[in-house]
Amino acid sequence: MSASTVSASPVSTARAPRSRRRLVGWFILPATAFLLVFFAYPLGNIIWRSFTEPSTGLENYTELLKDGVSVKILVRTLVTGLIVAACTLALAYPYAYAMTRVSPRARNLMTVVVLLPFWTSMMARNFAWYMLEQRDGLIDDAFSLIGIDGVVLLGSVAGVTVAMVQVMLPFMVLPLYSGMEGIDKRLLNAAGSLGAPRWRAFVQVYLPLSLPAVLSGFTLVFILTLGFYVTPALLGSPQQSLIPQLIATRVSDLLDFGGAGALGSVLLVVTLLALFVVSRFVNLSSTTEKAVTHE
Amino acid sequence: MSQADHSKSPGNSHGIRIAGVSKVYAGTSRPAVDDVSLDIAPGEFITLLGPSGSGKTTMLSMLAGFVSVSAGKIEIDGKDVSRQKPHKRNLGVVFQQYALFPHMSVTKNIAFPLQQRRMPKAEIAAKVDEALRLVHLEEYADRLPSQLSGGQQQRVALARAVVYRPRALLMDEPLGALDRKLRDELQREIARMHRELGMTFIFVTHDQHEALTLSDRIAVFNEGRIEQVGTPSDLYERPETLFVAQFLGESTCFRGTVDVSAGVLRCGGFTPRAPRLDAGLDGSGGVAVVRPERLDLHSDAGSVPTGHNRVRATVTEIVYVGNHHQVGLRFADGTNGSAMRVAGRDLPAVPGEEVTVSWDPEHQSVVADPADEPTAERPAETLGAAAT
Repeated sequence: MSASTVSASPVSTARAPRSRRRLVGWFILPATAFLLVFFAYPLGNIIWRSFTEPSTGLENYTELLKDGVSVKILVRTLVTGLIVAACTLALAYPYAYAMTRVSPRARNLMTVVVLLPFWTSMMARNFAWYMLEQRDGLIDDAFSLIGIDGVVLLGSVAGVTVAMVQVMLPFMVLPLYSGMEGIDKRLLNAAGSLGAPRWRAFVQVYLPLSLPAVLSGFTLVFILTLGFYVTPALLGSPQQSLIPQLIATRVSDLLDFGGAGALGSVLLVVTLLALFVVSRFVNLSSTTEKAVTHE
Repeated sequence: MSQADHSKSPGNSHGIRIAGVSKVYAGTSRPAVDDVSLDIAPGEFITLLGPSGSGKTTMLSMLAGFVSVSAGKIEIDGKDVSRQKPHKRNLGVVFQQYALFPHMSVTKNIAFPLQQRRMPKAEIAAKVDEALRLVHLEEYADRLPSQLSGGQQQRVALARAVVYRPRALLMDEPLGALDRKLRDELQREIARMHRELGMTFIFVTHDQHEALTLSDRIAVFNEGRIEQVGTPSDLYERPETLFVAQFLGESTCFRGTVDVSAGVLRCGGFTPRAPRLDAGLDGSGGVAVVRPERLDLHSDAGSVPTGHNRVRATVTEIVYVGNHHQVGLRFADGTNGSAMRVAGRDLPAVPGEEVTVSWDPEHQSVVADPADEPTAERPAETLGAAAT
């Protein structure tokens, strides 16, 4: 992030007088310095320690593969991320679509509703879910009414997933909405006039054009889910822990900074890999994106 | 046509028939389209002409099925399609903004309607090739729409809309987004396609030039209603309302009072002869409309042919427009007008001089003066206008 910002500035101000260029340099200095001290340095430090503590070498990484737990938890984390992203998408797609079809006033209201969780304290939200999901909580009682007993989501991956989907919803709805808004609605009329019933017009025209937005929303939610700590820690169980909990345990309970660093590095690599794959995919279809936003 | 009872309506069993159609959008009181009836013959090129907001695009959207009909009905080949979904109407639509599918190549765009009709692959390929040849875009088959110019995109849209031989082709300001040169070129192309395909074309525009050059018939829309339907020369030479006279082409308008028994229009100061006066206008306000090319200018009043209307005017300006001169005139009663002189002929006066203006009454139309009949809807506006 910081590197690209720095390198971009001389290009855009190439023809500006030297003094102005220097001034622009000062503008970005605080943010760059902040990122260097509080992001780049700790990150480098963690990666360095994963190779050097307690002894120099790949020991921490081979240990991850051998201990039989870490790999299992990594896979569980990835699968949970995919499930959360998929569930969020299923809820957000029709919602975002509806946002593009309603009046500006209704749209504002819908945006506020989506953003509401953002304005609520993280802890308050998680404890609210705790109350809802616990034994004899609202969800358990509701299911009891229709004769299904013992639906206690607390302490299960399902319980964590439900809460995470709720938190992630805005991260899916907003990119989807901005992508869908760029799709010309007349294309659906055109498809209709050419003989396509509404559902086929949707599948063949609208869905492909909304795909870049789907992909970016999905990636965002997936990556954010991988690093989620509070929700799984509070609503999940130690037996069903995810990577962030594992890292926290290593750091605070075991003081195993090297092992925690290795886990963190693996998570980072997985994230970058996902971003890389998606960015290639979105680039491939960038012509579509351009055409959609081009008027 | 074989049915004798409706000799003037070709829409009895063939063609498109619009019968008393209205559209009131939710949340509005004034209808966007107000009791419009129109019969369109098979193979006809008809233009819906009008200013923006006159209801012409709404009418087209109702024909295509994008907008529901509030009242009345639309028949295609004798079948009521008013409630039919767009994809079942078998009409082609061309939009102002092209509406090509941006994620599909030119070929796939054109193949789209054929695939919807479950046509075999080989047949689709042949038809797409034929359509590409029709619009001269054979070399662009594999391009994406974003890689084409506006004119090329609109050609693709045309090819896509005719490839399945729809019942009729509806075009909503198809040339509106193009620059002038391309517009002229595509206009000729559309005329050629109409000749070659023999399909019914329904064309919406606000451009009178496009309407006059392309159409078999023109329906002039104003405030949701049809003012007049007729051939281009009908509308230009014999406008029935002041709106049509002023919307299509330029004209000099003399206001006065109609006197049917004397066969004249009584204007302040002079009384032009007016043949074929509408008896219903007797005693009320009328406007004599004359086109610029029908006005003759004389420095010497003696050279005016007998039987022609004549009136004195001051030349206010002379504008050179290449192949002709535009002569601005001010008449004694304050009316402004303009005459046209083909370049090469001598001008009888310079600005500031007086001339005698004459014209053959046969080339003049007398229409009702809308300012003279206060409408129930806007009495305040009419009163205000009269007071000033």
